[in-house]
Amino acid sequence: MSSPTDFTLAGARDALRAKEVSAVELTEAFIGAVEAARPLNAFVTETPDRARAMAKESDARIAKGEARPLEGLPLAIKDLFCTKGVRTTAGSNILSNFVPPYESTVSQNLWDAGAVMLGKTNMDEFAMGSSNETSAFGPVFNPWRSRTSNAKLVPGGSSGGSAAAVAAQACLAATGTDTGGSIRQPAAVAGIVGLKPTYGRCSRYGIVAFASSLDQAGPMTRNVRDAALLLRAMASVDPKDSTSVDVPVPDYEADLERGVKGLRIGIPKEYRIDGAPPEIDALWAEGVAWMKAQGAEIIDVSLPHTKYALPTYYIVAPAEASSNLARYDGVRFGHRAKGAHDIADLYEKSRAEGFGREVQRRILIGTYVLSSGYYDAYYIRAQKLRSLIADDFTQAYKKCDVLLTPATPGPAFAVGAKTADPVSMYLNDVFTVTVNLAGLPAISVPAGATADGLPLGLQVIGKAFDEATVLRAARAIEVAANFTARPQPWWRAA
Amino acid sequence: MSAGAPKLLKGDTGEWEIVIGMEVHAQVLSNAKLFSGASTAFGAEPNSQVSFVDAAMPGMLPVINRKCVEQAVRTGLGLKAKINLTSIFDRKNYFYPDLPAGYQISQYKNPIVGEGEVTIDLADGESVRVGIERLHLEQDAGKSLHDQHPDHSYVDLNRAGVALMEIVTKPHMRSSEEAAAFLKKLRAIVRYLGTCDGNMDEGSMRADVNVSVCRPGGYQRFRESGDFKHLGTRCEIKNVNSVRFIAQAVEYEARRQIEIVEAGGTIRQETRLFDARAGETRSMRSKEEAHDYRYFPDPDLLPLVLERAWVDEIAATLPELPDEKKARFMALGLSAYDAAVLVAERETADYFEEMLKDGAEAKAAANWLNNEYFGRLNKAGLSLAEGPISPKANSAIVQMIAADVISGKIAKDLCDIVWNEGGDPRAIVESRGLKQVTDTSAIEKAVDAVIAAHPEKVEEVKAKPKLAGWFVGQVMKQTGGKANPQAVNAILKTRLGLPDEG
Repeated sequence: MSSPTDFTLAGARDALRAKEVSAVELTEAFIGAVEAARPLNAFVTETPDRARAMAKESDARIAKGEARPLEGLPLAIKDLFCTKGVRTTAGSNILSNFVPPYESTVSQNLWDAGAVMLGKTNMDEFAMGSSNETSAFGPVFNPWRSRTSNAKLVPGGSSGGSAAAVAAQACLAATGTDTGGSIRQPAAVAGIVGLKPTYGRCSRYGIVAFASSLDQAGPMTRNVRDAALLLRAMASVDPKDSTSVDVPVPDYEADLERGVKGLRIGIPKEYRIDGAPPEIDALWAEGVAWMKAQGAEIIDVSLPHTKYALPTYYIVAPAEASSNLARYDGVRFGHRAKGAHDIADLYEKSRAEGFGREVQRRILIGTYVLSSGYYDAYYIRAQKLRSLIADDFTQAYKKCDVLLTPATPGPAFAVGAKTADPVSMYLNDVFTVTVNLAGLPAISVPAGATADGLPLGLQVIGKAFDEATVLRAARAIEVAANFTARPQPWWRAA
Repeated sequence: MSAGAPKLLKGDTGEWEIVIGMEVHAQVLSNAKLFSGASTAFGAEPNSQVSFVDAAMPGMLPVINRKCVEQAVRTGLGLKAKINLTSIFDRKNYFYPDLPAGYQISQYKNPIVGEGEVTIDLADGESVRVGIERLHLEQDAGKSLHDQHPDHSYVDLNRAGVALMEIVTKPHMRSSEEAAAFLKKLRAIVRYLGTCDGNMDEGSMRADVNVSVCRPGGYQRFRESGDFKHLGTRCEIKNVNSVRFIAQAVEYEARRQIEIVEAGGTIRQETRLFDARAGETRSMRSKEEAHDYRYFPDPDLLPLVLERAWVDEIAATLPELPDEKKARFMALGLSAYDAAVLVAERETADYFEEMLKDGAEAKAAANWLNNEYFGRLNKAGLSLAEGPISPKANSAIVQMIAADVISGKIAKDLCDIVWNEGGDPRAIVESRGLKQVTDTSAIEKAVDAVIAAHPEKVEEVKAKPKLAGWFVGQVMKQTGGKANPQAVNAILKTRLGLPDEG
């Protein structure tokens, strides 16, 4: 091992327990990597002092033989998770100085498991975006570059900072949140693993809300085992979140290597879309072949309402967001405009100054679709479609155990390439949004690369609360794909 | 029981009927707020009872308070209403500084309680049924304070998130008297149930009153068809916070509407404010300016699903309510009026029942309270709880009257003593020699003495038997008021040779 930052999460855990490395050494190495990765702009806030203090405590615990599951493991936290005493911005100007007096349940679970916080990662503003370009703190750059160009590429979004930080080995793993693909899409284009758990698996308490019925936290890691390890620590039923579900959290790692022999893998025909690069379909076909070779049964299935998923999503998510973001009014916390002459003026100025264009666009869309006279035509119809989309999966799961699809319609694209056209940006989530609408678990796992060397992912979608099978199938892909390429650390030279 | 007799109002062009519906906001009696653990106590320092959820901090989520749900169900059962086992919380979106989240969590299309009814008792002894449309749970907002600083407004979020029950009636009230009686009765019911303290001064109960006027017969056609076109355009008078103001507001508003229509104008559907000082209603905002609240189901909360068995459990613990109590009191021989007075407040009914438990006869106890004790309390400006005489003491007085131990007159004197000095009435009667004289020989002696001393009066009374009262007075004087009046009367009649009826 050339550097402690080369560890996987599980590898570092084992090395710490074997006392091959100390938590302080590990943490110092990552604090250095975070600093070195600054050109990527992956972090909004670095917390080296807190990291050192936590690492010290971890070493003490390890010495006493009291190591917890994630003892001494340095993680990055998406800046959507409220962290007590540490600024939490949601990538927005309106929260640029917001320091929460409370901790999100998911991050609390991680600290309770002994993890070390390196900092808060950059993200699309309020998690609205697929390229990390809507952040008020500037874009994040993908550690990966094309072999044929030095153009800076996006890391995907909205969890772009987390994806970049993991891919650049600036942390062992990171948390993300996924409302329409915000974990899986950046994971795919940054060559890492990203898992969106079943809705209700992880508590939403303390996570700045975007679209409450879709938001779900999940792990972003270097490999599938790490995702299993991190998910187990993040997940919990939470009395503070009425939508969290009391289903036992299994030891996902235990089952990981069982293979896919006899597993029925559904291939939904609707995920073959016109205009996608041929590499996407080719990778998908390869994935099917790998699974077949490992003894899985391949079954063709249909999810007939897939084509309505994106429009449905762009009604449901903005509708909820328009209401969720009403609290940012400049009255109690966050940005307050100066010189307002009355309360309406205060609202208008504070929100106009505090929210970026994409957020404003979605608030307007959401307000529109909920307005009297439009509610039935948009919101109610979208809810009906949402049920139909969920039912598509129910029907498919009568024939198969998991579904295998591409994760994204293409690789990472250049910064600025899609910012002028929101719809082309929204299309990045075409393979991922259905899963959020249906509340199901899904993982993106690195499976190959474009001719230019940019990573591509495959997606495994599972039944509700069956993350174990999703992880097992993803592990089989990981083994077969043997994707070991790493980005050249160009940012260190910068 | 009638459907409510219309009280006709006379206008310049003929007669008019009033139609009234009400939305009452009743604060749920609970220690914690509807979706947070913050306290609901009244009168705390501003912003001292605000959780992160109440302040709508980023990432905070509502969690339903089971106690508030139980209270809503209990109230629904008390209103003889349908309990909806599945109900849904919606967001009502609007911006205001005292509404931290930018939306109020309420129940819009699927309330927890459906149709029910309340029977109201009018002064003339008539009872009227008022239909309940629904009851739903919702959050209260905070309070904006505009009078604390020359150019700043302050916001107190102590109330923000407190659970309210919004109780909506059908337009079944026909006069200001009925509207006032309804609010009184509803208040009594929730207080009996212990689901709302009914303190209107503290804002625990406030009403939005919908008033319209129509020509005679219009309301009947509405009731038959359910078609609102038979009714006039309504105006909503917001936040009326006393029974008296409701009556005033309705009277004023009905008159205002009649004047407009009779002058050839039309009523604008609008929200109005009752100015208690001026005794008038004023326009707040018209329908055109109404908010678009963009209701939609709150995605942070799952549908509220109740188990039948739990509802049944609550039903089994329901106390006896005013109507049932009134019927039971009437079965004990009380008049409808007396029974209605006694059941109007649970404390009063309890006091009365304490007296019965202590041995007083129902009718006598009711008469004593209604005719004597309540009058004294009123005069002294005291509530029943503040009054100086215990139910046990009043019961003793009533029982002594019934057993002819003391006369009604002595009873009043005794009441004075107990009121001012306290003590056990029976002991006082004993120690101060207030016992009524029922020993006929003693009364005969006194009668004879009076007759002997006033021969001229004897002649007068023979001509005019009504003057016997003078003799009664004299005998009572001689006996220090302790003679049993019936015995005095009987002996006087015999001695003076008066006819049986005089």
